Amino acid sequence: MSDNLVEIRDLSFAYTDRLVLQGINLTARRGQVVAIMGNSGCGKTTLMRLIGGQLKPTRGKVWVDGQSVGDLDFAGLYRLRRRMGMLFQFGALFTDMSVYDNVAFQLREHTDLPEEMIRDLVLMKLNAVGLRGAQDLMPSELSGGMARRVALARAIALDPMLIMYDEPFAGLDPISLGVAGDLIRRLTDTLGLTSLVVTHDVQESLKIVDYVYFISEGVIVAQGTPQDIRASELPYVHQFVHGEEDGPVPFHHPAPDYAEELGLAHA
Amino acid sequence: MPETLLAPLRRLGGRVVHSVWRLGLATRFFFLTLLYSGTCVRRPHLVVKEIFSAGVLSLIIILVSGLFVGMVLGLQGYETLQTYGSEEALGILVALSLVRELGPVVAALLFASRAGSAMTAEIGLMKATEQISALEMMAVDPIARVVAPRFWGGVISMPLLAALFSAMGIFGGYLVGVVLIGVDEGAFWSQMQAAVDFRDDILNGVIKSVVFGVVVTVIALYEGYDAPPTAEGVSRATTRTVVSSSLAILAWDFVLTSFMFRGV
Repeated sequence: MSDNLVEIRDLSFAYTDRLVLQGINLTARRGQVVAIMGNSGCGKTTLMRLIGGQLKPTRGKVWVDGQSVGDLDFAGLYRLRRRMGMLFQFGALFTDMSVYDNVAFQLREHTDLPEEMIRDLVLMKLNAVGLRGAQDLMPSELSGGMARRVALARAIALDPMLIMYDEPFAGLDPISLGVAGDLIRRLTDTLGLTSLVVTHDVQESLKIVDYVYFISEGVIVAQGTPQDIRASELPYVHQFVHGEEDGPVPFHHPAPDYAEELGLAHA
Repeated sequence: MPETLLAPLRRLGGRVVHSVWRLGLATRFFFLTLLYSGTCVRRPHLVVKEIFSAGVLSLIIILVSGLFVGMVLGLQGYETLQTYGSEEALGILVALSLVRELGPVVAALLFASRAGSAMTAEIGLMKATEQISALEMMAVDPIARVVAPRFWGGVISMPLLAALFSAMGIFGGYLVGVVLIGVDEGAFWSQMQAAVDFRDDILNGVIKSVVFGVVVTVIALYEGYDAPPTAEGVSRATTRTVVSSSLAILAWDFVLTSFMFRGV
C-alpha cells in the first residue's frame, strides 16, 4: 500500500475553452491534513471535484488509494466514493430530513445494518461533533456552524479514508471557526483519515494543517509546511498570508483607463 | 445576404436547435429514470412518500375543482338539454364529459400547477444547495434516489386524482341536476349506467391520465434537474414546468382522443 493516499500528476482541466487548472502536481500522504489555498475562483473547488470524480481531467491523472479516478467506470467510481467523504461549503444537508436521518442516510443506503446499530453509530458520530443533543432538529433550525458539523458527522458515517472539505471556515463566527479547525485535526488523527481542506482562511488553517499548496490562476505557485509558508517571501504568498489589499493580486479588476472612461483624458 | 436578414434567421435556427437538443436530453432523462427505477421496487416506501406529497396533498384542489366543474356541467347541460326535452340525459352528459375529457385533462392541468411546480422547485433547490452533488459524492445515484421515486409517485397519483375528480364532478352534477333542479333521479343514474362503457370511456380516460402523469412528471423533474442553480434559474424552471406541461397535456389530449374516439 502506497504511503500517498491522493496523488495528482500533471493535471490540467478546461471547461470547453477556458483553462481552469494547469500542470498540477499534488500529494497527500495518509494521515495528513493538506490545505489547498488560493483566492476565490482560482480553481480550488474544481480540483476537489476532479479528485471526487465529478469532473474528468483534460490531461494528467488523479490517483486516490492507487486508483486512477478519471479512468474508473461508474460502478468503480461509486465504490471509491463510499470510502470518501465530502463536506460542502454550506453543509448540503438534506432539508427534508432531521439531523439524525441525515447522519443515518449513508448507513441506510449502503449497509443492511439493523436500525438499533444504525442508531448507535449515528449517536457516536453526532457525539464526536458535539451535537448529539441536536439529533431531532431539522436543518432549518441549525446555525451555519452547526449545519457544517452535522454535515461532518454525515461525512464520517461510513468511516471514510479521505475527507474533502470545501471552504469549511467560510462565514463562521470566531468560536465556530476554532471548533471547526479543531474538529478537522482531531477527527483526522483519531479516525486515521486523510483530510484535504480547500480554503482561503489562512490563519485558521495554518494552525491545523501539515502541508499547504497555494494555487493562483490554476497553477500551484507555492507549497510547503505552515512554517515555510509563514516565512515565505514570495510576493503572492506574502500578500495572501498577510491579507494585503494590493500586490500580485491587484485590487482592480482589469479595466480601461479610468480617466479615459470618465471622459477626462483630453480635458 | 445582408446581416440584418441573417441575424434573425440565425437566432431562429439557434432556438430550434436548442429546443430539439433539450427535447433529446429530456427523453434521455426519461429513459434513465426508467432504467434506475429498481430502487423504487426494492424500497417502495420511497414511492409511498412521494404519492403522499404529489397525490394526497393535491386532493383538496382536485376534489373542490371537480365538484364545481360538475355543478357547472349540471347547470349548462340542463339548459341545453331541456330545449330538446331530454333533460333525463343529463347524467350521460355529465359522466361522459368528465370521464372522457374533463376529468383527465383538468385534473392533469391542476396537478401540473400544484405538484409539478413543487417537484421542479424542490429538485432545483436541491441542486442549488448542492444536495444533488452531495448524493453523488456519497455514491448514491440522484436519479435512482430522488428522481425515480418522484416519477413513480406522480405517475401513480395522476390516474387516481383524475378518477376522484370525475367522481366528485358526477356528484356535483347530481347535486345541481337532481337535488336542486329536480331531474328524475332514476333516469339520471340509469341512463348514465347504460351509456358509459367501461372500455371505451372509463379505460380510455384512465389511459389518458396515465399518459398525462408521465408527461407532467417528466417535464417537472427534468426542468428541476436542468435548472441553473440560482434563484432566478429555479423560478424560471418552475414557470416553464407549468407552461410546457399544460401545453403538452392539451396536445397529447388531442392526439389520444383522435386515436381513441374516431369511430364515435
